[in-house]
Amino acid sequence: MQELIELLQNPNARWVLIGSILLGFASGLIGSFVLLKKQSLIGDAMAHAALPGICIAYLIYGVKSTPLFLLGAAVSGLIATYLIQAIVNHSRIKTDASIGVVLSVSFGIGIVLLTYITRHSGGNQAGLDDFIFGQAAAMVRSDVQMIAVGSLLIILLTSLLFKEFKISTFDPQYAKGLGLPVKGLNAILMVLVISMVVIGIQMVGVVLMVALLITPPLAARYWTDRLEWMGFISGLIGAVSGLIGTAISTMGDGLPTGPLIVLTASSIFILSLLFGLRKGLLIKVVQRI
Amino acid sequence: MTYGAWIILTGVLVGVTCGITGALLVLRKMAMIADAISHTVLLGIVLAFLVTQSLNGLPMLIGAGAVGILTAILVQWLDSSGVQSGAAIGVVFTSLFALGVVMLSFIGDGVHLDVEHALMGEIAYVPWDTWTYAGINLGPKAVWMLGGVFILNLTIILLFFKEFKVSTFDPQLAASLGIPILFLHYLLMGMVSFSTVASFDSVGAILVVAMLIVPGATAYLLTDHFGWMIALSAIIGALASIIGYGFAVWLDVSIAGSMAVSCGLLFTLAFFLSPKHGVVSKWWKRKSFRKSMATS
Repeated sequence: MQELIELLQNPNARWVLIGSILLGFASGLIGSFVLLKKQSLIGDAMAHAALPGICIAYLIYGVKSTPLFLLGAAVSGLIATYLIQAIVNHSRIKTDASIGVVLSVSFGIGIVLLTYITRHSGGNQAGLDDFIFGQAAAMVRSDVQMIAVGSLLIILLTSLLFKEFKISTFDPQYAKGLGLPVKGLNAILMVLVISMVVIGIQMVGVVLMVALLITPPLAARYWTDRLEWMGFISGLIGAVSGLIGTAISTMGDGLPTGPLIVLTASSIFILSLLFGLRKGLLIKVVQRI
Repeated sequence: MTYGAWIILTGVLVGVTCGITGALLVLRKMAMIADAISHTVLLGIVLAFLVTQSLNGLPMLIGAGAVGILTAILVQWLDSSGVQSGAAIGVVFTSLFALGVVMLSFIGDGVHLDVEHALMGEIAYVPWDTWTYAGINLGPKAVWMLGGVFILNLTIILLFFKEFKVSTFDPQLAASLGIPILFLHYLLMGMVSFSTVASFDSVGAILVVAMLIVPGATAYLLTDHFGWMIALSAIIGALASIIGYGFAVWLDVSIAGSMAVSCGLLFTLAFFLSPKHGVVSKWWKRKSFRKSMATS
């Protein structure tokens, strides 16, 4: 408790906590659509593919600059998504194997580039390996502000387009009939998801980022059947996970942030699975009696 | 044997062991479950270490096998309770992997087991970690472990060759013939766990996914024959290891990483140039077909 109060008195830590709450909320919200569109594992590939993008951005510009890293990550994430689709469309490989190939090979490229940078351009100072598991303690004020602003933008855009996303995801034909640009909406959603992954990797890391997109909406599913509520509850679960995980990580030294956030989210998922009011295990047992 | 030769032998063993298992995974559309297992195996290794306080082969195999099968069971269970399979895989593997990483960071620094090692492996140290029995140096431990798992996996595949084949291509027929489909499923999950834990030291938890899935997918582009596909997948895995080692020495980069990249290169080659299923050959066939239509 003492440590928690000290943590809250530190202005830097306060910023990090605010960032993690917004980040969690945004990813929970947008994750609801990822789940509905059955693209959870594509999100995983996107996150893994961000690593080579970050390394290439560093190799080209030779400086540690978060905006450039994020740009690199976004580009390589987009390429990975395209490749997964292209492999499925142009060969007999099925989606799951295609995701696996793109994910593992791009992570391999990332590791190769990472070791190249550490061994050839002067030591570890780039701090690139923090991107693997996320390290809230290593972030500077401007990084956190970028996370906060980016997450807010994503929350805002998703809320504004919520109805449109909902109709075009559930019933594309009907949406077309209403005159909604379904393809355009899908593209916007995809860009939002990639931005989310890219913003999140600094704190959560490329390996586990996808958990922040999948686990909160899955847990929210056990509390409601309505998409509006699901998005909101999922956002709340994400926010709580972000807050608790980051707080524990900054209190204990050297504990990676990402895994702690993910563990918090997983615990909430297990609780929801057991005690959720919709389709929770306990309710199911009670109803049977 | 020289230092380099040991590394190449280790890499080839990783490629062959993962290759034969991976071919089955790709055919049975279980590539991403394998991805999940290769992550969660880390938890098994950490648990085995906490119980025995050492990095011995056998407890590690048992721990990894148990957690690997637990992963498969959890995914199956969530799947059947209405969670879509991709999300079920995602939530199970991230939870167990995160648990593994957090427990790993609590284990002291003095141990030859840390996060970086778990992710990327350290094949460069393999030749020094040798096994001595009765004063005789028998070579690197990793080679023994990989060799053992390879023989185990090969025996299982040869023993159940027909059963695997039928249940892969025609599950209904397999069920009507009384082939134990569920047993085969978990047997394969066990094989994935063992291959992962044996390769763990050399290539790490995440890059082992490349060795499991990519050679199998490459072989799938090259042949339609079940037996050939398994053999070809092993050969591609071994080849990728050798090419990867060459790259790594040339550019002074991570050996495991460049093994994964070479897998990707071989896959790309097959994707474009495979005689029957390649993009280029399909384009060529379409073009000559059009030409023959035009002339006739």
